[in-house]
Order: sequence, then C-alpha cells, then structure tokens
Amino acid sequence: MALTKKTLHEISDLLNKKEVTVQEVTQSVIDQIDAVENKTQAYLKLETEQALETARTLDETLKSRDRKNVLEGIPYGLKDNMCTKGILTTCASKMLYNFIPPYDAHVYERLMVDGGILLGKTNMDEFAMGSSTENSAYQVTKNPWDLSKVPGGSSGGSAVAVAADMAYFSLGSDTGGSIRQPASFCGVVGLKPTYGLVSRYGLVAFASSLDQIGPFTKDVEDCALVLNAIAGHDKKDSTSLNIDKKDYTVGLKDGVKGMKIGVAKAFFGQGLLPEVRQKLEEAIALYKEMGAEIVDVSFEYLDYALSAYYMISSAEASSNLARYDGIRYGFRAEEFDGLVDLYRKTRSQGFGSEVKRRIMLGTYALSSGYYDAYYKKAMQVRTLIKTDFDEVFKNCDVLLTPTSPTTAFGIGEKTSNPLEMYLSDIYTVPVNIAGIPGISIPCGLDQQGLPIGMQLLGSVLSEEKLLQAAWAFENESGYKNMKAPLGEEA
Amino acid sequence: MEYEIVIGMEIHVELQTKSKIFCSCPTEFGQDENTHVCPICLGMPGVLPVLNEKVVEYATMAGLALNCEIAHFSKMDRKNYFYPDLPKAYQTSQFDLPICTGGLVEIEVDGVKKDIGITRIHIEEDAGKLLHESADGSLVDVNRCGVPLIEIVTEPDMRSAEEARVFAEKVRNILEYTGVSDCKMQEGSMRFDVNLSIMEKGAKEYGTRTEMKNLNSFRSLVRAVAYESKRQIIELKKGHRIIQETRKWDDTKGVSSSLRSKEEAHDYRYFPEPDLVPIVLDEAYIEAMKKALPELPEAKKTRYIEEYQLPEYDAGVLTASGVTARFFEETVALYNEPKQISNWLMVEVPPLLKELELSMEEIPLKPTQLAELLELVKDGTISGSIGKKVLSDVFKTGQNPKVIVEKEGLAQMSDTGELEGIIEEIVKNQPKSIEDIKAGNEKAYGFLTGQVMKATKGQANPQVANEIIRKVVAKYL
Ligand SMILES: [Zn+2]
Repeated sequence: MALTKKTLHEISDLLNKKEVTVQEVTQSVIDQIDAVENKTQAYLKLETEQALETARTLDETLKSRDRKNVLEGIPYGLKDNMCTKGILTTCASKMLYNFIPPYDAHVYERLMVDGGILLGKTNMDEFAMGSSTENSAYQVTKNPWDLSKVPGGSSGGSAVAVAADMAYFSLGSDTGGSIRQPASFCGVVGLKPTYGLVSRYGLVAFASSLDQIGPFTKDVEDCALVLNAIAGHDKKDSTSLNIDKKDYTVGLKDGVKGMKIGVAKAFFGQGLLPEVRQKLEEAIALYKEMGAEIVDVSFEYLDYALSAYYMISSAEASSNLARYDGIRYGFRAEEFDGLVDLYRKTRSQGFGSEVKRRIMLGTYALSSGYYDAYYKKAMQVRTLIKTDFDEVFKNCDVLLTPTSPTTAFGIGEKTSNPLEMYLSDIYTVPVNIAGIPGISIPCGLDQQGLPIGMQLLGSVLSEEKLLQAAWAFENESGYKNMKAPLGEEA
Repeated sequence: MEYEIVIGMEIHVELQTKSKIFCSCPTEFGQDENTHVCPICLGMPGVLPVLNEKVVEYATMAGLALNCEIAHFSKMDRKNYFYPDLPKAYQTSQFDLPICTGGLVEIEVDGVKKDIGITRIHIEEDAGKLLHESADGSLVDVNRCGVPLIEIVTEPDMRSAEEARVFAEKVRNILEYTGVSDCKMQEGSMRFDVNLSIMEKGAKEYGTRTEMKNLNSFRSLVRAVAYESKRQIIELKKGHRIIQETRKWDDTKGVSSSLRSKEEAHDYRYFPEPDLVPIVLDEAYIEAMKKALPELPEAKKTRYIEEYQLPEYDAGVLTASGVTARFFEETVALYNEPKQISNWLMVEVPPLLKELELSMEEIPLKPTQLAELLELVKDGTISGSIGKKVLSDVFKTGQNPKVIVEKEGLAQMSDTGELEGIIEEIVKNQPKSIEDIKAGNEKAYGFLTGQVMKATKGQANPQVANEIIRKVVAKYL
C-alpha cells in the first residue's frame, strides 16, 4: 500500500521503526498533492518546500534520537481561518487577500511543538459561513468521491485533503457542523470537541460562542491522537476550560458492551434521505450486536435549534466581522469619498454575498426594538436545548444520529437557495448550541457511491466515550480509512 | 417663573493599571504613536481578550469608596459602532449588569450638605485617538486603545454648576486616594459628560435633557453647565422646546453646539461579549477589597483634627488632595510640628507651584527638604523670611535647604563681634536717629534695625541686633 494511504498511527509506527524517513513520508504526500490537487482544489496555499525543508532537518535530528511524539514528522493541513505567523491567512475571503498574521493560532503552536509538518492552508467557505465550500472567494473544492459534488463545508478543503490522502490529518473549525458535515460528505472522521476544550486563540472568529476547532482524520484512533495534541487549557482564551490534559487513546478499544446508545425521533425526521436512514438503522443494529443497549430518547425543543442558531451565529458574526473596515489591514476599496464611503465600498466589495447576508441578519437581530424578539429569544431557546440534552444524557451515554440528512449534493445545486443549504446542518447545529462534543464517522455509501456519515453525541467533555463508541463501530463495520475513487486513481 | 437646573453626570476615569484591560501592553501616557500596541489591542483577526484582574480589583475599590453595592455577578458586553479609533468596531463595556450599583457621595456647598446618588459604575476599554485631520486624511494612534476605564453614572441630583464642580472634585479626590487612578485631567485620565435639563422650580417631572461630552477640566465643566443652563432657560422663555441631543462644548469659544440629535444617535446593538466569561465575585473577595481600601478623605480629615489638633479649615485643605495629604503626613513624620507644616503647605507652597506652572503631583520639593528647612528656622539658623527664600531656591534648584543656606551664606549673623562693627558704622552715619531717640522717639530703634537688616541682607538675627543697637546708641546718649 502506498504510504499516503496509510493512517497517521500506521505512519507513526513506520517512522518509529525507522522503516521510512520523514522526507519519504512528506515527499509521498506532496506527490499525491501534485497528482490530484488540480482536480480537488483543496488547498488555498501550499507550503510544500518549507515542509520538505522541515522534514530534512527532522531526519537529521532523528539520526541521534527517537521521535518524541506521535505527530513528529507527520504532514498535515490547516483550515485557512487559523492564523499562521508569516503565512497568508485569508479565511477564503477577498477581505483578507493579503493578510499575513504576525502571530500563531494556539493549535498551530501546539502542532509545531509536537513536530507536525504543515503542508498548507485549506480552502473553506468565506469566514466559515456555508455548508459546501462554494462560498470561497478563490476556488471551488471538489469532492474526491465525485468531482461534480461538493465536499461539504465550511471546512471542505480540510476534509478533502484527508479524504484524498493529501494530508494525514487536518484541522477544521465547526460552528454549526463545519467539521462533521464535510467529514460525512467525504467519508472521513471529523470531531467537534466540547466548547472550550480546544483554544480558539488565533482562530478567526465567525461566532465566538459556537466556534470550536477539531481534527479530520482517516480513522478514529488518529482522531484521538490529534485531539491529544490540540486539547488543553490556554490562558489566552478566557473560554478555554481549565481541566487536566487527558490521553484520549486510553480505553479507546474497550468496546460498547453495556453502553447505552440513545436514538431520538427528532433526528430522523423530514428530509432525511432513505438511504441515509437505512445505513443508520444498520449501524444501530450493529451496536446492538456488539452488546450496546439501544434506548429511545426524546427532545422537546430541537425544532427551534436551527432558527436559534442562525440568530445567535449571525448576531455574533455581525460584530466579529465589523473590524474588516479597510482601515488597518486587508482589502480596502480603491476609490472612496470620505470615511463612511470607505467603509461602505470596502465592505461591499470585500465580502461575498453569504457573508453579507449573515451580517445583515445579525445586525437586524441585535437592533434596538428587535433584540428581545430575536437575539434574546434565541438565547432562551439555547438554554432550553441545553436542558433538553442534559435530560437526554441522563438516559443514555451516547446519542446516535445522522450527520447530515443527505449525502454530498451537486456543485451549484443549492447555491441559489440559502434556506435549503442551511437545512444541510439541521442535525449538527444543535450540538454547537449546547456546547457538547460530536463526532462524525463513515457508516456506508449510498447508491451513487457517496459516503454516509453517522454522528455520535455525548454530554460535555465525554470525548473519551464518543471515541470509544466510534472506534468500536469502525472496527466492527469495516468502514475505516475508505478510499475515494480519486485517491485510487492516483 | 423660577427655573431649576437638573444635572446628572457620567465620569470616565482611566484606571492606573500597568497593563491594558485585555492585553499586556503598557498603559503609559505620552509615548510615540502606535508603540504600545499588539495584535490584541489592534483588534486583529482571531485574537482574544483576557480581562486584567487588576481592572476588576480597581473597579471594585472605586465602587466601595463611592459607597456602591458590588455585584456578585456581572458581565462584559459589546457596544458596536464603526470609527477608525476603535479597531474591533466594538467597545467592550458593561451594559445591563455593571460591576457596581447604587452608591452615593456627600457634598457640601455653602455649608449645606447633600447626597449625590451614583446609579452605577461599569468597566470598559478606552478607544484610540485620531490625529492630523487634514485634507490628506487622518492618522490613528492606537496606544490608548484598551486602556481600562470605569464610567461612573450619577443620578440627576445636582442643581447648580457649583454642585457639579464640588461633586466632580470630591469624586476625583476619593478616586485619587484609592489609588485606582491618577485622575490627571490634562492627560484625559478623567473626563466628564454632563446631562442637563431645566424644570420649573418644584416641578415633579424633569425637562428634556441635552448631553455635553468630554469636558476635561473643572473649569470647562462649570462654564459648560453655566452656558447650557442659560441657553435652555432662554429657549424655554421664548416658548421653544428643548431638543434631546448631544452637544459639543467648545471651550475656546465658550459655547455649546448641536452634535447629533436623538434620531441620529447610534444603535449600539449591545450584546453579551462571548469571548469573556462573567465576572463572579464572592463575599470574601469584596471583604478583602474593603480591607485593602486606604483611609478616605472624610476619615482622614477627622483624624487630622483629632490627632494633629489642626483647625478644621487646615484639615480640609490638606485632605482635599491625596498628594497633599501624603506630603503632609510624610513631613510630620520627620518633623513633628503639624500646624507649622500646614501653614507652609497652605501659604508658601501654592504660589511657588503656580510660578513654575506645576501641579502638586509634580512638586519638586521633598518632605525631607521641607522638614529640614523648618528645623533650620526653628533652631534660629535662618529667619522665617530667609526660609521663604530658601524654599523658593529648593523649588528651582532641587538642592537641600542646608546646602543652599551654606552656599549662599544665608545663616543668620549671631556673631556679636561682626555685628557690633556693622552697627557702630550704621549708628555713626545716622545722627538723625540719635537725635530722634534723644527726643524720645522709640521708633528710631526700629529704623536702625531695618538698616542693619538691609546691610546684612537680612541675615542678622533681629533679637541679637536689637540688643547691640541699644548698647551702641547708649554711648551717644
Ligand atoms: Zn496590546
């Protein structure tokens, strides 16, 4: 098997045994990028030369010592909304077309300390707003399972980089499903950790109270390994949880015997593709076979989650994105007449239409006279949904749901209908509202051969349990490190 | 018809923390433009604020000193508006749950005591500054961005410019005492917004108010209140209605003018700051802050009267500024003559400060120097009048009094031999005085003493000189 097809932990083993060098590993991924990236367009900016240079230096060092870490020498991709000192960070927006941050995101710093090798910055929906990566100001990323399909979004580039073996892992950000939905569409593992488990410092904010960084990996074990590296308290992020570091691989393979797996009708409603439903039912059956107890649970307020999400996330976005005004950095309109016109032209020309739609929605929701009816109401709904989840997790350890109602849809299919696009996140959004963790893992293919994703949810800081349940399924079902046809071709 | 002026105030006070409210940049004033900045206070993409604990501490102390309730739970909010001096395009402030509520400050005007209510005190960050407004455009200095502020909001309890001034001075004094702010008005560390309306005397409902922003001295506060109240009364007398608006005070011209109407007011779209966690303070914390609070002006004044036996007037003047009080106490510790020190501080020091255009904060005199000087006067080394000259020299040269006295040869002449010679000479040359004395005119002695002081440039010890004059004159009688 080609090196690129291996998982992170398999490559790590080979590196430990010195059967391959970091340069060989890095070069093989770069070769893969050379072979398929022109079709997938996953990366906005490649740092391959720097990556090879780092690999060379590391190989020299590793002549005299063992690897200090499982990530040491592993090439990875980073979503372009995470700041990288000295490297262009655009958020796939014209607004930041020339922005080179003078500081690093906390997660990038962590990965550097562990010795990971950055291959490049991946494409995304502009400022992480979208579910298809079509809202990038620069390029449309294609799904490696079918190039006419979207990879999902907003972290589409990071999902594709892993799915097409152009990175051993990548990081994305998830505000309403932006890791889990593309993971589902691309047949990889994607985790949105508990809010506050991973520092947001240096993650360009979309909706601060919902944003969370997490990994894309080829299998569940890799997911635990990357989480080990990026989770943990950071004093630069006041919302980061002050808890002890954990090793998420401990107990990973303990199985699901006696585990209570919840299933809720609310997650199997209208719009759910029959093929997706069928695969989910098969998954439930498999869990039962493995000794898990399946319990029915119910929600009272879940129907309101999507509306509350669009109110809260847009309100926060309208404020978070107000700083892009053409005064200090980034894009500035060339011609303007006075200050107000500078603001107006810069923001009209610098932002894409989806971003503008959210800013307007959010500004409206916070406006005097509307605040109580929209923002405040949405925050109340948020509390109710949290309570809903609290109740549910009294009766089960893990909740099993589809990740998205459908498999990957066609490029251009939903761009003219934002509301239909928003529905793609209907099962992922409540998780961000409640601040709980969620993981998406592959659970089969539809008739077109497109991956179907299954979502496992747990209470706050239940990542270990989620990973344990996910690993058991992955191991038993065989839906593991599935190869996209594009990956096979290369 | 008789009118009554109704005044409420918002006071912005910069807190004296070493670093800014959300980052570790220094807060120092007067540095080169954009040198005290970092990605956080520049509002760059992806950065996050971390609330400086000192800010919470200082706001709590200010609240306690102004008799407020300290909230066990408060939170930060975003106040959204676009302006080039505001890099994030929102000011992080507190909206519906401020850290302090419900305080009061007692003031005294013309012997009448009165309580002014404090509605709330909240924490917020300062904005930057726009520079060089010219045809080519403006520049932004971001140094001040993120300097911590508290905003003190009062009830509409003041009824005259004088009450407003006394209140503002009292708040300044109290805050200066607590050490939470240097309250330097010329550096913008303390700024006043005045809400003013007019109503018929005894009326139950307030009139429509206007707001004047950023008054940065007591003088402009008093002038702005006087001007605006007069303007509103004239409008009302003409039968016009007062328009609710924000007005700009032009201190040079001494007039206020409309800045924006209520309709043009910003919609700040406040909402809870999601990047910060709520401020939760328990009773133990608040108690600890209470204990950490220094002696406040009222208590200090009472103590000065009791402990130092100072007149109430002296105690009032000395405690009216924390700096003066501190100076006084340090001097008393070295030289235990409170009333004498008080006299010099109240009478001799102010004109010297004025001459050098310095504030009490910038006084070039040290308590050790004043104590040394007063010792020299007390032990007769120099006279009181020479003492004043030496004080002036200390102000100008910074040298210690003993050094100045020695260098300038200012010690009093008590050497009878030398003095006798000088006096013999003077008496010989003043036959007219001898005649006067012979004629029984005692005043002539005074004239001769004056001549001696003149000849010795004031260094003769007057008592010693007098004795010798009488001895010498006796020879002629
Ligand atoms: Zn700073």
